Amino acid sequence: MVSRDLYAQLQAVVVKRRGKAVLGPIDLDLSGGGVTIVLGPNGAGKTTLLKVLHGVERVTSGSVSWSVPAKTAQQGQAYVFQSPIMLRRSVRANLAYPLQLLGLPKSEIATRVAHWAARIGLSAELDVPAPRLSGGEQQKLALARALIRRPDTLFLDEPCANLDGRSIREIEEILREATEGGARIIMTTHDLGQARRLADRVLFLNKGQVEEQGESEAFFTEPKSPGATAFLNGDILE
Amino acid sequence: MSEIWAGMAEAFLLIWSLDADLIDITLRSLQVSLSALVIACALALPLGTWLAIRRFRHRRFVIATMNAFMGLPPVVVGLIVYLLLSRAGPFGVLGLLFTPAAMIIAQVIIITPLIASITHQAMRELWSDYHDLLISLNTTHGQRIATLIWDGRRTLMTAALAGFGRAIGEVGAIMIVGGNIDHVTRVLTTAIALETGKGDFALALGLGFVLIALSLCVNLAIHTLSRTEREGRW
Repeated sequence: MVSRDLYAQLQAVVVKRRGKAVLGPIDLDLSGGGVTIVLGPNGAGKTTLLKVLHGVERVTSGSVSWSVPAKTAQQGQAYVFQSPIMLRRSVRANLAYPLQLLGLPKSEIATRVAHWAARIGLSAELDVPAPRLSGGEQQKLALARALIRRPDTLFLDEPCANLDGRSIREIEEILREATEGGARIIMTTHDLGQARRLADRVLFLNKGQVEEQGESEAFFTEPKSPGATAFLNGDILE
Repeated sequence: MSEIWAGMAEAFLLIWSLDADLIDITLRSLQVSLSALVIACALALPLGTWLAIRRFRHRRFVIATMNAFMGLPPVVVGLIVYLLLSRAGPFGVLGLLFTPAAMIIAQVIIITPLIASITHQAMRELWSDYHDLLISLNTTHGQRIATLIWDGRRTLMTAALAGFGRAIGEVGAIMIVGGNIDHVTRVLTTAIALETGKGDFALALGLGFVLIALSLCVNLAIHTLSRTEREGRW
């Protein structure tokens, strides 16, 4: 792990696609650990913000800086996509892959793979091709593959979309363990119940702008912006 | 029609009697074509994969050129390699003309664009699946190429087999640069051309059937060894 007091600063960040701004301009300071939930309606720029923070989406203008050099910051990060991307390999090889990239010794890789396979309940499926797992199993595997590197910061893009209740509970349990272990989580979700259960802080995006941010409890009990109030009331935001 | 039956009978006889010349020619065909295949794969698989993952200026032009080179006329390739390797040519000092090495060089030039092009098509699809993950894992270009080639190896087998098929059946270029010298550069295809020219159609057809059987055996062996059917379900 890189550093526990890692923070990110976005200054006048704008992301445009085909000439249209999908995010920004945004000024944002992200510091502290715990779970930050990014909320907002479809097309608000949540995924784009996560990708910008992770460094896989280029900004059209503005700057993103971390308290450590960008390369160091990215090495301490992991990203779980909304649709899990499975390598066309076995469960074991999928878990081992990020560790092989880090050049860890085989014994260390085997130990961590066995631990995480047991943690997500896939010990018996280690040699099964990962693309043949169910959706819930694939998402848990993607999460384990991200956490097996012991990242400082974990980005999750709608990790529980289209999953059944049991899988959601298991994933939330793993996320709690990760934060207790010191990892910072920044995730998007459409599930307000999940946001209430997990969030320490909330970032509310609407039309590519940060409309509101703050402590979770304050956000859910007394939202300040009209957009956030409408969103929490279940109104349709255009 | 009777000539085809006679050819089949001749092929059977040649194989049954383990004809020394046939074994010599067959082994040389395999040696030349498999050597060319290995070299071409070493060049074409990384090249095709690199073209699938890299974005650069004139990329489309490079891909279009590579695709166009799939149809390179073997006779022209043979002529160019001949001129390069002949005494007066820039590589004449190497003394490679009329050797199996010259035939391998010609075949590598012919099949590399074919393998690279099929590889590019296959890797483009796999890259679109893997793109976000491999970028997010901060992989180097080398790691991305290695990952795609490893995970797409069964698809790439098709590219390699297409290359082998083109190489083993090639006659124009290797006739020019090899010279069809008995016990030195004679292979199945050049032997067929020679026997046809001599009017011995039965023997030519017999050799043709041996060539087809050889190609079939190599394909089946590679499929079996790579377990293409059994594990093609990823």
